[in-house]
Parts: sequence; structure tokens; C-alpha cells
Amino acid sequence: MSFTELFSLALGAILLENFVLVKFLGCCPFLGVSKKTETALGMGLAVMFVMTVASAVTYLVNKYILLTFDLGYMQTVAFILIIASLVQFVEMFLMKSMPSLYQALGIYLPLITTNCAVLGVALLNVQNNLNFIGSVVYGFSAAAGFTLAIVLFASVRERLEFSECPPSFEGFPIALVSASLLAMAFMGFQGLKIF
Amino acid sequence: MYTLSIVAPVVALGAMGLFFGLLLAVSSKIFHVEQDERLPQITEVLPGANCGGCGYPGCSGFASAVVAGEAPCNGCAVGGPETAAKIAAIMGVEVSAQDRKVAHVNCRGGHNAKRKFEYEGIQDCLAASKVGSGDLACSYGCLGYGTCEKACPYDAIHVVGGVAVVQADKCRACGICVSACPRHLISLVSEKQDVFVSCSSHDRGPVLRENCNIGCIGCTLCQKTCKHDAIHVVDNLAVIDYDKCVNCGECVAVCPRKLIVRASSITSETRQSAL
Repeated sequence: MSFTELFSLALGAILLENFVLVKFLGCCPFLGVSKKTETALGMGLAVMFVMTVASAVTYLVNKYILLTFDLGYMQTVAFILIIASLVQFVEMFLMKSMPSLYQALGIYLPLITTNCAVLGVALLNVQNNLNFIGSVVYGFSAAAGFTLAIVLFASVRERLEFSECPPSFEGFPIALVSASLLAMAFMGFQGLKIF
Repeated sequence: MYTLSIVAPVVALGAMGLFFGLLLAVSSKIFHVEQDERLPQITEVLPGANCGGCGYPGCSGFASAVVAGEAPCNGCAVGGPETAAKIAAIMGVEVSAQDRKVAHVNCRGGHNAKRKFEYEGIQDCLAASKVGSGDLACSYGCLGYGTCEKACPYDAIHVVGGVAVVQADKCRACGICVSACPRHLISLVSEKQDVFVSCSSHDRGPVLRENCNIGCIGCTLCQKTCKHDAIHVVDNLAVIDYDKCVNCGECVAVCPRKLIVRASSITSETRQSAL
């Protein structure tokens, strides 16, 4: 794949087809861990790591194990297995090296296992017939798009804390409204085209 | 051919599972974190109310402080001696018996005290105290809007007859009411202490008589009567030295304003009026 192709793939995954705001994948952590920018960034980085490595590993497993033995129908099960193990690994790593981030992420860290964005990227790689480099770049940039969305949304929510809004909208309702506005803003990127 | 189509996926998935399992087993050794096994045990025996009365953020915060040796085993006032003994058993240390504390309101004004004006604002002591320094004529007394009652997680303090009264058997000495009271009238005192001066006013006698039918006028009769040098009039207010007081009750008998009282008698009165 040429550099231009990879660039357009990455830009597409980050802006045009943002995983959270356009494809609506991974909404659980998007709403759950977006109260503070710091934790949102930590979550984004964890997802970035998991998604990049998951893309690489799932590509290899798919090509050299599943397709060789004609087991394409086992993709979902095999991918879930890989993602779950990876998340376990990240959890252990964070507990050892960054206990404060580990505590801040709390329940949402194990929940990356069931984050549909991670499984989504693995399945989309197969669907789009991407090669190894393409899969890794797509996985990384999709996670970068997720991080961008969650950090943007967290900073919006931090400001919402101090804004005056009708009592019935306080807290989660206004967060959902602003999430939809953010999603609409990302629709503006639809016209963007790379030659 | 048919058997192969079953065996192949089973073997492939099984092999992958085994591989990742081994990988995780190895990395769990590498990234092993020493977690004190006493931590979950202590969290288990704590009440789990997360009241924060110990000064740590919730019960798990207190548990980690105990393990770290920063907090004493008997630091949880809510759990009382039983919890302290359990924590001490987990930590493997002896715990000294600490007497239970109970909150006490140092005011009995209520309907005995005059009001300067009709307050019809937010029914909250802090809010009321901001309007012309409170509607109570006495600038020290209990406003009786029940901020402590709302704050208490154990339903142990109630406004009875216009003044907050603690129900000693329900009080867990968490200290939330102590910090909730805008007039700082509530204090935590040992359960064994029975005699209290239920007034906090430093006003001089004549001013006080104007404001309240029950407050301390600083006549020093109690000070003269006490055989244990335990009660003194300081700044127009009788104050008991709880270390010296033996609860003999002579000051209770001699007080002309009947404001030195036995806590046990207040609690039984409160029950009667509540019923």
C-alpha cells in the first residue's frame, strides 16, 4: 500500500468515519469515562494500545490460522479470545506501572474486552481486505479517532459541570445532548476527500 | 472429512486458548503486584457506610490507611469496639479499649428562647443564620431548622421542642452533625460522661435573661458547689472539665436555671415527646 493510500485510510478512520461519532461503536466507555479529560486520555491510550495490537494479532491469526484451515466462520470467537487476552495483559501492565491510572479507569478497563470498537476494527480489517500494514494503521487510527472523540467530549463535559442548564437536564441528559451535537459536528467532515 | 471439520476448529481454538493462557500466566508473574491480603479482609469487616467519619475517603480508604499503619485499628467510630477487635485480629495487634463517644448538643433553648423575627426562608440552619445573623435572639443557640437532622446518616439526631437532641443509642459518633452545625453546638463526648452544661451562650446575665429562659447566666453557684474542681465559669458560661467530672450531679441540683442536666434524662424525655 502506498503512503497516500495509508494516509487516506488513517484520515478516514479518524475524521470521516470516526468510530464513536459516525459509526457509533464503543459508546459505553465514550459516555462512561468521559467525566475528566485526564482519565479520558488514559482510556484513549489504553484503547489505542489494545486496538493496534489487536489489529496486528487478529490479522496474523486470521490469515495464517483461520484461513489456512478454512475456518473463516470462527472469526468472531477467535477475535474475542485474542482481545480478551490482550486486555488482561494491559490490565496487569497498568496495575504494575501506573496504579493511579488503573484506579481511575476502574471497571472500564476490563470493559474494553467487550468494547465493540475493538472487535469492530478487527472484523472491518477482514471485511475491507486490508493487508498487514493497512490493518495496523487502520486499527491505530481508528483508536486515535476514538481518543480524539472521547477527549473532546470529556473537555465539553468538564465545562458542562459549571454551566447553567435546566435542572431536569443536569448530568447525563445534557451529556447525551452534547454527544449528539458533537456527532453532528463530525458529519461536517463527510465532504473531505483525498485525491 | 466430516470429523475433520469438527476437529480442526476445536484444535485451532484450543491451541490459541492454551497459547494466550500461557502468555498471560507468564506475564502475571512478570507484572505481579504485591497486594496486601489484609486489605480486602479489613474492608470486609468495616460497616461499608462510607460515612467518612474516620477522616479517610470511604471504608476502603480507611482500610488501606490501617494496612499502611497510618490509621489506628479503632479509627472506625461507627463500627465500634467489635469492628476494632476484628481489625486488630487481622492486623495481629492488641487494641486498647476505647470508650464509645456520643454527640451532644450544647443548647436547650428551643421554645425557651426568644425569636427576633419570623423566619420564613429556606428551612435550613445555615440559610437561617445568614438572615440578620439568625432569627434566634441568642446569637449562640440552636436555630432548630434541623440541618444536623438531615445530615445524620443514622437517624440519631432530631429537632424536638425547637432544639436538636441526640438519641445516644443510635449515635455512632461519625461527627457529620458536628461539622454540619453552623453554630458549632455539637461536640463528641465520651459515652460515660452524663452531666452536661446545655448552653453555649457567652452573653452576660441580663442580656441572656432577655433572650432565653434557660441559658447560663454565669452565677458560679455550680463552681462553688463542685467538690471535684470540675466546673468553672469562663467568660459567662459554665464549662465542665470532663477529665475531672465524676457525674455526681451536685451541680445539676444546684443550678437555678436548670440548664445543667443529665444526658440520660434528656434522652428519655425526648423519647416520651417523640412518642
